[in-house]
Amino acid sequence: MRKLLAHPSLTIGLGATAIFVALALLSLVWTPFPIDQIDVPRRFLGPSAEHWLGTDNLGRDMLSLVMAGAWTSFLVAAIAVVIGIGVGVPLGLAAATWGGPVEWLVLRLSDFIFAFPSVVLAILITTLIGPGATNAVIAIGIFNIPVFARVARGGAMSIATLDYVAAGRLAGLNNAQIAWRHLLPNIMSLLIVQGTIQMSLGILGEAGLSYIGLGTQRPATSLGLMLRDAQGLFLLHPWLSIVPGLAIVLIVIALNLAGDGLRDAIDPKLRQENANALA
Amino acid sequence: MIFFALRRLAGFAATLFAAALVIFWLLNLLPGDPAQFILGINATPESVARLRAQMGLDAPAYERFLNWIWGMLQGDFGMSYTQRAPVGELIWGRLGVTLPLALFAMVISVAVGLPLGIIAARRRGKALDTGVMVLAQTGIAIPNFWFGMLLTLVFAVALRWLPPGGFTPWHEDPMAALRGLVLPSLALALPQASIIARVMRTALVDVTGQDFIRTARAKGLTMGEAVWQHGLRNAMLPVLTILGLQFAYLIAGTIVVENVFYLPGIGRLIYDAILQRDLVLVQGATIILIVAVTATMLVTDIAYALVDPRLRERSAP
Repeated sequence: MRKLLAHPSLTIGLGATAIFVALALLSLVWTPFPIDQIDVPRRFLGPSAEHWLGTDNLGRDMLSLVMAGAWTSFLVAAIAVVIGIGVGVPLGLAAATWGGPVEWLVLRLSDFIFAFPSVVLAILITTLIGPGATNAVIAIGIFNIPVFARVARGGAMSIATLDYVAAGRLAGLNNAQIAWRHLLPNIMSLLIVQGTIQMSLGILGEAGLSYIGLGTQRPATSLGLMLRDAQGLFLLHPWLSIVPGLAIVLIVIALNLAGDGLRDAIDPKLRQENANALA
Repeated sequence: MIFFALRRLAGFAATLFAAALVIFWLLNLLPGDPAQFILGINATPESVARLRAQMGLDAPAYERFLNWIWGMLQGDFGMSYTQRAPVGELIWGRLGVTLPLALFAMVISVAVGLPLGIIAARRRGKALDTGVMVLAQTGIAIPNFWFGMLLTLVFAVALRWLPPGGFTPWHEDPMAALRGLVLPSLALALPQASIIARVMRTALVDVTGQDFIRTARAKGLTMGEAVWQHGLRNAMLPVLTILGLQFAYLIAGTIVVENVFYLPGIGRLIYDAILQRDLVLVQGATIILIVAVTATMLVTDIAYALVDPRLRERSAP
């Protein structure tokens, strides 16, 4: 634990992330004002003691909206990471242990998915089932699959040649057992680091998709949707776009710091700047 | 090398074919009949059937798929039934916005990101390095469309230097068209420049620690000369890959940023097509986006192999 605290970016990143997650969770049971409480005479207010972050074009409390919106953003990004891990990691481990045609197939499949930017996926899914937060989850989740498949395969391949894996084979374990007992536990740290990075990309992705109308829809709210609502008004009322945008930036910075910090803490030699490059 | 390029080209064709299959299959799952949609609910079953036959909708799915592919190979992307115009023409008309936007953004992000990355690497551990990296960390976290809103507030509303949105077609007034794309390309470029700066810094720092730099130093070169003459070329390799990927994603990213500035690009076209359930148009526009993305990756792969001969040998995974 003391070793973990020696990395300032990790401490700051994890601390800030924890605060944002706590605020988002809190919105499930309590917000300063009900998020649907419209109070037109008191609209476009700046920050005050009553409304810490002011009010929007309908007089709704912006802090409450940001808290509830952050919850949607976190949820979408987290489910998308779960999809990516749930499908991608087994694929990556299978590629690493079986090799040969299995590996070829997994690599081609992930190349293929990389050809679909998540915006294009979201367009197709929206045409199919109509707009909604589910689209964002599916589109970002599919985008995450090849990312985790590659991380899992890469991590597993560096371990697969070690003696204890060979010992496991001598003891009569089959490929699936090797992957489950020896490879998976050893790539956990890699997966956690990548998961943090994909969380931050997922939050940016959700924001973009909801902003262009392919993601979260009313009556639900999300940080991207708040920016969509602000689009027609922000020239006159910049505050409406500044608050949700800043919230996104702070959350993403917190997650990125946590991810970078975790990576350094777990393995200083491991650098994967490229993982950030797919935004 | 020829063999390598040919194999990549085959992979490219296979990816596109599979992508076309997926898009066609997905969009054909949809309920609803385009012929019925065009004629309205009062149309007689006979006239709907006649239009279906005319549009080729009564053919079996595989035949329609092959027709679609065959048509695209000849440049025919089908007719949009809401805009009553060829999809190819509609998309072509919008490329004049989307393509320059993506290109400008790419040029800006390279022009800003590369020097910053090099400076940070050369001053590793110094205040300048930290400053650049903090800047890059922030740049990566800023959604490009939100940055676009901020740019509008500063340069269009407060300073009135540039238009807040809209687009004048190139043939009417090239200068005005160019001015309309300045803020959108800056917005798109920010996160990309940050990523390039980070990748460039890491690559250069890695290379600086290697033996051939020490050899160059032992030959009497200063550190700056060694890095400049030997390091940079090698450090460019990972940066090249990222650039290819980034251009691919920039093309997709324009869809979001077009929204901020009310630009009539491919993004708007697709968005309207979705609202009006114009499947032919959605099909055509998505496949074109995927062609653009895949083609960029293909070119990057081949360029990379040209620069780094080692890759040609171990390219078969």
